[in-house]
Amino acid sequence: MAESFRLPGRGRLAQARTARFTFDGKSYSGVAGDTLASALLANGIHLVGRSFKYHRPRGILSAGAEEPNALVGIHRDASRKTPNVRATVQELYDGLTAVSQNRWPSLGFDVGAVNDLASPFFSAGFYYKTFMWPKAAWKSLYEPFIRSAAGLGVAPDQPDPDHYAARFAHCEVLVLGGGAAGLAAALAAAESGLRVIICDEQAELGGSLRFESGAAIDGQNGWDWAQAAAARLAAMDNVRVLTRTTAFGYYLQNFVALAERVSDHLSSPGDLPRERLWQVRAKRVVLATGSIERHMVFPDNDRPGVMLASAARTYLNHYGVAVGRNVGVYTANDSAYAGAIDLKRAGVNVAAIVDLRDNPSGPMVDEARALGIEIHGGRGVVRVGGRLRVSSITVKPRTGGDGERTIAVDALLVSAGWTPSVHLFSQSRGKVAFNDEVKRFLPGTYTQDCISVGACNGTDGLAATIDEAYAAGAKAAREAGGKAGKAAKPKVEGSENWSRGMLGAGPGAEAGTTVKAFVDFQNDVTAKDIRQAVREGMQSIEHVKRFTTNGMATDQGKTSNMHGLAIAAEELGKAIPEVGLTTFRAPYTPVTFGTIVGHARGKLFEPTRRTPMHGWAERNGAVFEDVGQWKRAWYFPQRGEDMHAAVNRECVTVRKSAGLFDASTLGKIEVVGPDAAAFMELMYTNPWQKLEAGRCRYGVMLREDGFIYDDGVVGRLAEDRFHVTTTTGGAARVMNHMEDYLQTEFPHLKVWLTSISEQWAVIAVQGPKSRDIIAPLVEGIDLSDEAMPHMSVREGRICGVPTRLFRMSFSGERGFEVNVPADYGEAVWEALWAQGQKHDACAYGTETMHVLRAEKGYIIVGQDTDGTVTPNDAGLDWAVGKKKADFVGIRGLKRPDLVAEGRRQLVGLRTRDPDVVLEEGAQIVADPKQPVPMKMIGHVTSSYWSENCGRSIALALVEGGRKRMGETLYVPMPDRTIEVEVTGMVFFDEKGERLND
Amino acid sequence: MLLIRCPYCEEERPEIEFRHAGEAHVARPSDIASISDEEFEAFFFIRANTRGTVYERWRHVNGCARFFNAVRDSVSDRFIMTYKAGDPKPKKLPGV
Repeated sequence: MAESFRLPGRGRLAQARTARFTFDGKSYSGVAGDTLASALLANGIHLVGRSFKYHRPRGILSAGAEEPNALVGIHRDASRKTPNVRATVQELYDGLTAVSQNRWPSLGFDVGAVNDLASPFFSAGFYYKTFMWPKAAWKSLYEPFIRSAAGLGVAPDQPDPDHYAARFAHCEVLVLGGGAAGLAAALAAAESGLRVIICDEQAELGGSLRFESGAAIDGQNGWDWAQAAAARLAAMDNVRVLTRTTAFGYYLQNFVALAERVSDHLSSPGDLPRERLWQVRAKRVVLATGSIERHMVFPDNDRPGVMLASAARTYLNHYGVAVGRNVGVYTANDSAYAGAIDLKRAGVNVAAIVDLRDNPSGPMVDEARALGIEIHGGRGVVRVGGRLRVSSITVKPRTGGDGERTIAVDALLVSAGWTPSVHLFSQSRGKVAFNDEVKRFLPGTYTQDCISVGACNGTDGLAATIDEAYAAGAKAAREAGGKAGKAAKPKVEGSENWSRGMLGAGPGAEAGTTVKAFVDFQNDVTAKDIRQAVREGMQSIEHVKRFTTNGMATDQGKTSNMHGLAIAAEELGKAIPEVGLTTFRAPYTPVTFGTIVGHARGKLFEPTRRTPMHGWAERNGAVFEDVGQWKRAWYFPQRGEDMHAAVNRECVTVRKSAGLFDASTLGKIEVVGPDAAAFMELMYTNPWQKLEAGRCRYGVMLREDGFIYDDGVVGRLAEDRFHVTTTTGGAARVMNHMEDYLQTEFPHLKVWLTSISEQWAVIAVQGPKSRDIIAPLVEGIDLSDEAMPHMSVREGRICGVPTRLFRMSFSGERGFEVNVPADYGEAVWEALWAQGQKHDACAYGTETMHVLRAEKGYIIVGQDTDGTVTPNDAGLDWAVGKKKADFVGIRGLKRPDLVAEGRRQLVGLRTRDPDVVLEEGAQIVADPKQPVPMKMIGHVTSSYWSENCGRSIALALVEGGRKRMGETLYVPMPDRTIEVEVTGMVFFDEKGERLND
Repeated sequence: MLLIRCPYCEEERPEIEFRHAGEAHVARPSDIASISDEEFEAFFFIRANTRGTVYERWRHVNGCARFFNAVRDSVSDRFIMTYKAGDPKPKKLPGV
């Protein structure tokens, strides 16, 4: 199909370079440089979508980022289906596939449009009022209904296959917006030689020069000047020009986030990232974000074919597209006249200009009149004909009375004036102030090192804008430490003035009318809805916004906020500044999650920590579990074993001969210095001063509130040197806790703390044969029980490398923990494994480690304790130094609640049926026959099948547990109630004889 | 992302290098074992949580690892100043 609305020789695109695309399955052609919107319009297509709530047919309102209506899906392939793309922003590429949204079965005939007829039910606050009860109906009925009936596009159902890049950047001057103001500011700042970044959301710099036809800068046409200026900037080493880049968030200390769309405009993106996040820190920021035209609020102002005057002008002057053949104009300010004049000069018939102002006058009005365009002053559009496309407008005097006239049109250009884009200024936490004369909110009080220039600062006219921006750019550079250059300020001739306009509803949509005069197109909010919200008691504009959802769609009310505010103010009988403005929030325009997430997804989401022996475990068939960031060997299945069988075999083997276990993930901290023992006294509940060098002790660490924070075996290597171990998960926070006290509460102590978790690989060799396994490899350490009893530590060599050899046990068997420098971990493991083979030892994982320690009643902090457990609760009173004058938690332990009777205490549980294994976390009750909700007196903290005991075992926290020995308690489960007996915590070798076996 | 000046490194560094560590100038009583329940409550549980100027502890955890104090405006998030742990609460704040 030919592009029948493309005007040969008009616009700036090379019309010979065509690009094909499809819309809802039909093929069309456009021109390289088109947006999807301009290409659709070139083909005479205005109807592109259905509205959110009422499913009303919608067209293209704008030519930029503010677009509320023309949202489409862009489909590249099965996994690249982007919903809610603004057709006015999406650049055309050859082969582009676009589909309309929120319609069924077709865009022209949409069953959901019945909502439009049922609209009295869907007015403001509908959701709050209609679906109040019954509560259960929300999930099953209301929400699914609302979700399917109201909505935007469909989210993609496959993972995003694209990749996204991220950059940090620093500069002295950051210019946001590349229109005339931004370019002038950047040129002035760049002369200083300082680093300058200028960004703009469009494909080329130029801003409103894209459509403004009347001005000349430095003797050139405005657009050509902009392209030359952009090229000059891009050629400078100190300047970075970012196009297709939206500044979407302005944070503290001039930290600005930019989203660069790298490849969405390309037919074949290849290896390029889709988007790139720039996080820029700037000494000075120049805000040159321009302004956005507002539509007129009148009945059925949402019909396809009704569009902003500046948009129609952009399509004509830049894209060479006529938005109709017989267009009308409805305005309350001068700028729409320029559109009418440009269209008329391009040979498009302009049926009429309807101007709400009585007796409009001025050079633009004169020019329009001279071109023979009919001007209807003091009149408004009170009706439009046509449903899928505007076909006529009905015009009436503003003050009422006779003289109604219907005029045929195929497009209607509207302009109620211009709203300065103060979004980023407001995000910088600057305060806007209402200027009553021009009826605009303008930057008032600044809180950051930034400056607004041009239209976003309320400056009208190109000459004034460039003057202001050039001065601001030079000043920003000076303030950032640069020297001004010698380049001359651009000279402007001929400039349009777009001041004034109107806010709120026009004739035909006044208070009392029930017509649909849209304020917010994207969320289907009408003038009536806003008045209703006020009548129903919403006083604050923030409440009006939430009740009506005005300005809450993805366009964030760029075209609607000021109209909504004015209508609310009128209804409230207040002045606009008294009602106030709603808050502007980031992002300025929608930003993909991909851009924000960047590389931090999949395998790069979080670091993976592997122990030095990881490779060996992998080669030997280990199944791994995630413990924090660590990959830990969970169990080592052999020949078809399931987890249960493997763990049973490992548990039995360790107690029968021996097992090797990778304990490298344990946190390790070296506490060194003349006051090391004094520091340890304060950090742990236990006494340390008298612990001899070469001996170990199990330490308990509390928080100041008296609850257990961490535990671990500590070896004293020398008078002034402790090798502290922590839980795997606690390593970092225990280090932080120790540093905190050392630096801030006990800075007088001469102690140095070093995290050594990664320096030492740890191989636990546990079991009756453990000494036989390590003995042949150890040099310089007497391993006899007399020389090296349980809970001792020696330094020597193993396999020729240095070792810190601990004799300790977390299994209840004779055991050693062999610490070697991490790089030797795997080699020493291999050597120990070879020795172990001679004694039928096994490798075991974390599951067997857990079972073995539970058989012995050894607790795991964080599993058997939960931050509300005291040493006494855990049966660890023996570890609290009774004679100590101070340690962290000493006072907390004396709190009334911590010494009260009836606290939950750790005990063992034996199920009456030994084959039943309890569920960890299951609740415990004393009387299973009591009515629901039952009183829960505890819960299961650890539970396993113990092959060594031939039965299930469990640990639990139970109220007054130690006084309940032998008592029967109950664990109610969904399908049955399990009977348990309260016992001690040690299930295996109660006397602890095997530690020295 | 904020820039925070570490008083030990004497440099402004990005926020991700730091970790918040609670209210500042809450000293652990030297005779903590013998203080009353009320005194312990005041020391351990009660915090000012002021709207406006707050005195906080921060740690340059991914830098020099030192704890230090900061004065911050809890409304605007702005760091007013930072100073070393152990230094007294500043009597006069810059720009206030």
